[in-house]
Amino acid sequence: MYDAPQVTKQETAVTDVKIQASDVQVYYGGNHAIKDVSVAIDDKTVTAFIGPSGCGKSTFLRCLNRMNDTIDICRVTGDIRIDGEDIYDKRVDPVQLRAKVGMVFQKPNPFPKSIYDNIAYGPRIHGMARNKAELDEIVEKALRRGAIWDEVKDRLDAPGTGLSGGQQQRLCIARAVATEPEVLLMDEPCSALDPIATAQVEELIDELRQNYAVVIVTHSMQQAARVSQKTAFFHLGNLVEYDDTSKIFTNPEDSRTESYITGRIG
Amino acid sequence: MTDASMPTATGTPERKVKSLTEIDARTAKRNAAEKRFKLYGMAAVVTGLLFLVMLVTAILTNGLPAFKRAVVEVEFTLTQDQFDAAESKLLKTAEYNTLFITALSETLRERGIDREFDAAAVDRLLGSVGGTIRAFYRENPDQIDQPVAFELAASSRVDRYLKGTFGRDDVTEEGNRFFINADFDLVDDMRDAGLIRSAFNWVFLTGVDTGVDNPGGAGIGASVLGSFLMMFVVLILALPIGVAASIYLEEFAPKNRFTDLIEVNISNLAAVPSIVFGILGLAVFIQFMHLPQSAPLVGGLVLTLMTLPTIIISTRASLKAVPPSIRGAALGIGASKMQTVFHHVLPLAMPGILTGTIIGLAQALGETAPLLLIGMVGFVARYPDSFVGGLEGPNSAMPAQIYNWAARSDAVFTEKAWGGIIVLLVFLLAMNLVAILLRRKFERRW
Repeated sequence: MYDAPQVTKQETAVTDVKIQASDVQVYYGGNHAIKDVSVAIDDKTVTAFIGPSGCGKSTFLRCLNRMNDTIDICRVTGDIRIDGEDIYDKRVDPVQLRAKVGMVFQKPNPFPKSIYDNIAYGPRIHGMARNKAELDEIVEKALRRGAIWDEVKDRLDAPGTGLSGGQQQRLCIARAVATEPEVLLMDEPCSALDPIATAQVEELIDELRQNYAVVIVTHSMQQAARVSQKTAFFHLGNLVEYDDTSKIFTNPEDSRTESYITGRIG
Repeated sequence: MTDASMPTATGTPERKVKSLTEIDARTAKRNAAEKRFKLYGMAAVVTGLLFLVMLVTAILTNGLPAFKRAVVEVEFTLTQDQFDAAESKLLKTAEYNTLFITALSETLRERGIDREFDAAAVDRLLGSVGGTIRAFYRENPDQIDQPVAFELAASSRVDRYLKGTFGRDDVTEEGNRFFINADFDLVDDMRDAGLIRSAFNWVFLTGVDTGVDNPGGAGIGASVLGSFLMMFVVLILALPIGVAASIYLEEFAPKNRFTDLIEVNISNLAAVPSIVFGILGLAVFIQFMHLPQSAPLVGGLVLTLMTLPTIIISTRASLKAVPPSIRGAALGIGASKMQTVFHHVLPLAMPGILTGTIIGLAQALGETAPLLLIGMVGFVARYPDSFVGGLEGPNSAMPAQIYNWAARSDAVFTEKAWGGIIVLLVFLLAMNLVAILLRRKFERRW
């Protein structure tokens, strides 16, 4: 009897809620882009956002690190909490938030600098290294986590833009993890990649799950099925269904989800 | 998709089999139109090139002689006795003049030419030779008793006579105080004796403006300095202000009606005639703020106002050209807005900014109209004595100096004006070259 609470505690530790969003609304000018979205994203889990183009999945993803702040006409209401803290609180500096919530974009976007500088930029501006040796260590660790170390270790001074598309995207992932984020947001990270590079990135995402809460927006339902444990289906700005990936793809509750995954809408 | 060729209910399809080698009328017409357009385009390019060639030829043929001047080379030996004797006389330079005349006629006689001429003729052809010679020996007493080859600048009339723009028809029988008919014979003799040669006219590049008495000695140097002082003012004011304004407007300012208004006004400012900026400078800087007239400082301020819109527009364009994905990447790893701009956007926009700035400076360098209004077209016969003095003191600028020379009656000044245009163009070309090199050097691909 005395041991019972401890067991429960351990279970919650495994499926800890990292991000809790409630009643999120997003407006682009007069356009109501996200309607009443509430979702709980687990830590150390890959959560996939799927849905047809323009359904708001990317918009919602960008709410999670307040990238929407950079768009003047965008307005976000509702409540998004990371580890219980409201990220839209007036006291929260979006710059600090983005160090904690890393992001990987649709198109690989390395800086036109060397591979080393691409990775080192984040740690530098956040003052994570006290000297060159520490920075070197951080860069190597990030590149190893990005599963690209072996390919670039001999040419860290080469420009990041000279890598192939798949390598560039893994470099961007490495760059995102270099700042030691807790959440990693990925906005269609494989849409510009060929199948082989996609497979490499997917494998990487699966590894990243050990350390981060990963949220991935994807157009490919196969990809969602392959990499994620949880899937959220968005349609016309609504969160239609959110459940375990296996359940969504085998036994969806909503008819719209079923239509989408069987290819009838989208 | 192929509705037109589908069989209709009324009849069988009538599809004529046509050979691809047979050009139908429609295609022929289309091809002819294309050929015509190409011809028009070529004609336009050729016309443009023709005008350019004409312009360059005119500038070079009229302006290049300004870089050459005729010099008379006479070997001359002064003994110690002659020096002492001359220095003891009341009219010392006159004495040297006499000595020079003797030396010149001896040299001419040695080369088989016998001609009588007086001090006045030497004065007309070579200026005050005596003074030049005396100054030389007083400074270099060790050259006494040694043969010295004197290179004396010939007067502008001699110069023009030898360049073929001045002849016997231009002088009346009795002549004037600058030139008489007999002088032509003496010049011919000196040329035949090989005493006159053409040398590079350094005075034109380094000299200052002169009056009608000495048109040959006029140089563009002081006004080049004036132009550079103005460019200095423009650069240190317009570049930081322009870049800061553009970065704020492009990256930080909220997009609302007010910033739209500012944007429209900046574009309009770029199209305001320069004379308007001139009158603004006159009213604000000189009459209201009591800054000195004719000063490069004021000229620089006026040109700064003129250059700012150019710099702002080109800077904003190059900031806009930086792909948004770079901004996203930097913001996404937690860079602040300012870090994003200064670490990533600005370096990528730099070639465009520098190019725009240099083009703006080049525009300002060639600007004349505003300078007329703030009085930078005066007669500037000396170099400033210090940097600050140069900024505050009266000076001219290259285009204003050219304008000034072109308005004078003496044909020598017309030649100088053309030569000045060449100097100005060389500076403009050099600036454009720098712009191109900078763009090449900093160009990055992403």
